[in-house]
Amino acid sequence: MSGIPHDHYEPKTNAEKYFHRRLPIIGLIYDTIMIPTPKNLNWMWIWGVVLMFCLILQIVTGIVLAMHYTPHVDMAFASVEHIMRNVNGGHMLRYLHQNGAMLFFLAVYMHMFRGMYYGSYKTPREITWIIGMLIYLAMMATAFMGYVLPWGQMSFWGATVITGLFGAIPGIGDVLQAWLLGGPAVDNPALNRFFSLHYLLPFVILGLVILHVWAFHHTGNNNPTGVEVRRGSKEEVEKDTLPFWPYFVIKDLFALAVILALFWALVGFMPNFLGHTDNYIEANPLVTPPEIVPEWYFLPFYAILRAFTSDVWIVIAVNWLSFGIIDATFFGVLAMFGAIFVWALLPWLDTSSVRSGRYRPMFKMFFWVFIVNFWVLTWAGAMPAEGIYTNIALIGTAYWFAYFLVIMPLLGVLEKPLPEPETIEEDFKASLKSKSSGGPKGPSPESIPAE
Amino acid sequence: MSHAEDNESTRRDFIYYATAGAGVVTVGAAVWPLVNQMNPSADVQALSSIFVDVGGLEPGSQLTVNFLGKPVFIRRRTAEEIEAGRAVSASELSIDRDSRNPNKPGTDASDENRTMDDAGEWLVMIGVCTHLGCVPLGNGAGDFNAWFCPCHGSHYDTAGRIRRGPAPENMHIPVARFVDDNTIQLG
Repeated sequence: MSGIPHDHYEPKTNAEKYFHRRLPIIGLIYDTIMIPTPKNLNWMWIWGVVLMFCLILQIVTGIVLAMHYTPHVDMAFASVEHIMRNVNGGHMLRYLHQNGAMLFFLAVYMHMFRGMYYGSYKTPREITWIIGMLIYLAMMATAFMGYVLPWGQMSFWGATVITGLFGAIPGIGDVLQAWLLGGPAVDNPALNRFFSLHYLLPFVILGLVILHVWAFHHTGNNNPTGVEVRRGSKEEVEKDTLPFWPYFVIKDLFALAVILALFWALVGFMPNFLGHTDNYIEANPLVTPPEIVPEWYFLPFYAILRAFTSDVWIVIAVNWLSFGIIDATFFGVLAMFGAIFVWALLPWLDTSSVRSGRYRPMFKMFFWVFIVNFWVLTWAGAMPAEGIYTNIALIGTAYWFAYFLVIMPLLGVLEKPLPEPETIEEDFKASLKSKSSGGPKGPSPESIPAE
Repeated sequence: MSHAEDNESTRRDFIYYATAGAGVVTVGAAVWPLVNQMNPSADVQALSSIFVDVGGLEPGSQLTVNFLGKPVFIRRRTAEEIEAGRAVSASELSIDRDSRNPNKPGTDASDENRTMDDAGEWLVMIGVCTHLGCVPLGNGAGDFNAWFCPCHGSHYDTAGRIRRGPAPENMHIPVARFVDDNTIQLG
């Protein structure tokens, strides 16, 4: 790992030297966990470690669940019940896996919002952002296919709706959908391949995570000021940073412990709280549940998908302009994938030269509206697709696209940013000073020299 | 002037192109079976046709049968339903004016072109919403007292035509015919 200058691994004993000459893996691990990390990282910088934990949790519980699960339409539902009732500790493992997926998505949204607020996607970290978006896409595919495996009503009808998205593509849609499903409708071939891919994709995610971490270790972490670590000399670096181990590892593990306490409370006392009861009814191709709702982490995009009906003027206009090729369904599909696509393009849509939202007064307001809008869309996605809810979803969708395609490009030109601190050290000491003067208790920190 | 070097490079270029071309063909030949294995297998493809006994069906009642993994609605309509369907001609439809009926290809979506018999009593449709593939609820559901898709709120009328909501097309009609008075052949 290159990047910020710091001490590298030096093998000391003869055994270490012997090994290092032949396979320098200890040096690689040492340099990775000793990376100089900005001193002033706040609590929003814990989600990366939480996400790493989630990925490992999902892989480990997933591997053991696969030892008891049967991917066949006649036995899938029964085998999940077998896990719940007969397998030793099976109910706990399955509830951990099910709720672990939700913690995974909560953490990934927090992680992405953090990146959006502090401008972590900006140059030179665009590749880190893009790899992150690829991880997010792979997570969505994995979660979707995993949800199909218990073969409940929501599994079946969720799969029908989502694969129907591909069927809505003009021309090739029907052939593509039949290819994805292995038949005219969701059935055993689909269940089998979803199981195969659900097992594969987490390892693809693991590979992407390694690239993601490698990329930001090369550029160095962003931090709440958005000011770069000084790299003139090792002394300067040491004023701005602390090594990841032990300082940030301990902090991250503390945060993880707090989050896991809440997570265990959910898993232990209310494991089905965020799930849907209809998924405990076995899949039936002849009966659609009264309402098809995806898991909560997909709801904002589900709301965008459903917002565009054929009576919306923009749908009518696009339908007319495209000579009827783009109908309401396909328009909704395009909007849903487009919503994720513009998110991925954020590094190039944001024209501001200031990285951190802390020094961007106008950006701050629009950002918090975006966050509120995200949860409003989540709520609208869970409501029936009629009346006022589709209007709310339409307004939310409009803001989503306006945020990325209009507000972000314009703000860089219109906004007058506040002054940024010269260095990370300055920001760190200022925050220490404000904490010690604000709090009446606690040991007073080192005296701070005049700036 | 001699063009020995040019010839050399041309021959070298040719080797490059030929090698690259052979490589592309080889990779394609290796990848295609891996892609094609996901297409519907022979047993799925073997289009079966099924016979449905509709002798016991009273006006106003409906049968749902599973055909090719999808539900097929067979409804014997009441006089009111026929009347409601015929009251709306194809030109009054705002979303889809195609009959979507392979038994009467290329016709418009008037009620007569959607039903099996001339009296308009028998309506046979693939019970799949043309939006994203849910099964609409029947027996007088929705704004038009016929079918309503609960997933995203598409309303169909008594002829299975889309009238309101996100679905782009009328409910499709399968290939079907009466083999005798009481039996319908699907497929």
